[in-house]
Amino acid sequence: MRQFSVSGTIIGGAALALLPTFAMAAGDLGQAQQQATNWHAIIMFIAFVGLTLGITYWAAKHTRTASDFYAAGGGITGLQNGLAIAGDYMSAASFLGISALVYGSGFDGLIYSVGWLVGWPIILFLIAERLRNLGKYTFADVASYRLQQTPVRTFAATGSLVVVIFYLIGQMVGAGQLIKLLFGLDYVYAVIIVGCLMIIYVTFGGMKATTWVQIIKACLLLAGATFIALAVLVKFNFSFEALFAKAVEVHPKHLAIMSPGTLVANPIEAISLAMALMFGTAGLPHILMRFFTVPDAKAARKSVFFATSFIGYFYILTFIIGFGAIVLVGGHPEYLDATGKALRGGANMAAIHLAHAVGGDLFLGFISAVAFATILAVVSGLTLAGASAISHDLYANVFYRGRTNEQHEVMVSKVASIGLGVIAVILGIIFEKQNVAYMVGLTFAIAASTNFPVLVMSMFWGGLTTRGAVIGGFIGLAAAVILTVLGPTVWVDVLKYPEAVFPLKYPAIFSMPLAFIATWFFSVIDNSEQAKREQAAFEAQLIRSETGLGAEGAVAH
Amino acid sequence: MSNELSAGKISRNPKYAELVRKRSGFAWALSALVLLIYYGFIVIIAFAPKFLGTPLSEGGVTTIGLPIGVGVILSAIALTGIYVYRANGEFDRLTKELIEGSK
Repeated sequence: MRQFSVSGTIIGGAALALLPTFAMAAGDLGQAQQQATNWHAIIMFIAFVGLTLGITYWAAKHTRTASDFYAAGGGITGLQNGLAIAGDYMSAASFLGISALVYGSGFDGLIYSVGWLVGWPIILFLIAERLRNLGKYTFADVASYRLQQTPVRTFAATGSLVVVIFYLIGQMVGAGQLIKLLFGLDYVYAVIIVGCLMIIYVTFGGMKATTWVQIIKACLLLAGATFIALAVLVKFNFSFEALFAKAVEVHPKHLAIMSPGTLVANPIEAISLAMALMFGTAGLPHILMRFFTVPDAKAARKSVFFATSFIGYFYILTFIIGFGAIVLVGGHPEYLDATGKALRGGANMAAIHLAHAVGGDLFLGFISAVAFATILAVVSGLTLAGASAISHDLYANVFYRGRTNEQHEVMVSKVASIGLGVIAVILGIIFEKQNVAYMVGLTFAIAASTNFPVLVMSMFWGGLTTRGAVIGGFIGLAAAVILTVLGPTVWVDVLKYPEAVFPLKYPAIFSMPLAFIATWFFSVIDNSEQAKREQAAFEAQLIRSETGLGAEGAVAH
Repeated sequence: MSNELSAGKISRNPKYAELVRKRSGFAWALSALVLLIYYGFIVIIAFAPKFLGTPLSEGGVTTIGLPIGVGVILSAIALTGIYVYRANGEFDRLTKELIEGSK
């Protein structure tokens, strides 16, 4: 069954499943059986919810202005923001998915970890401080800095919302399946609980609550993963060679797990995937938004350094965990299904079973609760980013052209959060039985082909005009969506046609350059007076982006 | 003080050109290095996967691919650290002098 096998999905050709969100678990846990109610996990999860609701109550008391709501008043430190960014990135899927991939194919897991990490240095070197210096609450602030507000913000909000909705579907479906499996809760209840909690965090606590939920979850996940990895290494006296030797001995593929396998057989596909991973990260609205929560460019830079360090450390841990699972879970009948070959509950359960093998029922409950908390934190960040696109970009700057007040804007944002939460729950229920694994790849491809090109061109190229940004951006969006639909993941796997129209699973290698070229072309042929004014305004923008002069400062408390 | 006014002063200040030149050069050089390391790794995987399967020691199972893969992760962390160190020190000092000097 495809649903119960990560390695099956991958060898079947879809490495997509391993992208850093929940879609993989979603696809692979598609028909998860409801398990016995797991009381340890439920009690620890209730403790987490109690703590985060307490924080939300505190945050709500300190959230008065729009700046508080969208950007936590600019009062988050570099370290805190680094943890929150790492939290956004270390989803339950990257924890369960990468360790499952290492469990199934060894070395190949490392290839994916590397791909997700290397986008961060690029974000730091080229984007982070310019973003902080130019923007206020959303990346649309930067893209529309010297361009016409209405069309550019409409485009940027569309790009953000499309990314947020697709990402949310993957997360919600994954959440329902995972919770059913780990907690023994019914799918529909699980999705509704996630929806309600994220609405509470976001509407009452805004960015402050969302950030702290993310920080707490990141710490719990890092602590849990560290404990598992140490417990594995202790058994081998901290000798990696001994761990690998035992793994090679017991793994059905033996020595093949120590070198690259079949995952990256097609170089063009590999490079296309790498482009989507690397540049898509720099186009995710909920990640970009985090750069406005710190007081200045200095803290923005620090936060990327901390985030990269935590994420890199976490990926190294998942590699050890995957090998630990080969030795301590694989071949142990209590963790296997009736056939004695596959893991009970599916391949994604490698890390969960390992948690039980090294820490017993109590630690299993802890790791299950952390997995639930992880989903909650990620969907909250997404909802806030989507709500900001609606209230700050569409409502305040497009419909009211800036002639509304902060209270109204924040109120609209809260209503939008509730609306997005309800939509997410409904979509989660509609997509319950669907294979949503393609959505993650689609999300990253869209982010890399829509938000990223316009953002980069607006920062670095003085020739950019409104017409170029909007037409080029929409062409990138259309290309990413159409090529994904015509590609093997949707055309063959979902729509069941025998042959894909477009041969690649990851369209970024075409859609991203296309967006850049279209943006350039439609800017160059734009000879309007408006275009000349926009190009002339570039120098002042450049000076602000380079020096931070006039940048949004921290709001005094 | 209007931003426009000091923006004009800043762009004429030689320190501005120095800051932009130094920082952009450094940022683009590091970006190129990251791309080279990462796409180099991907190209080796795509075209010479056997190389990564070379054992580190005679009779051992640990392959050269592991330190290389972990090395790519560590290099990403190290390069961000290097950039932040220089940007938060030297470049921020330059920026501060520039803004003070253009008032």
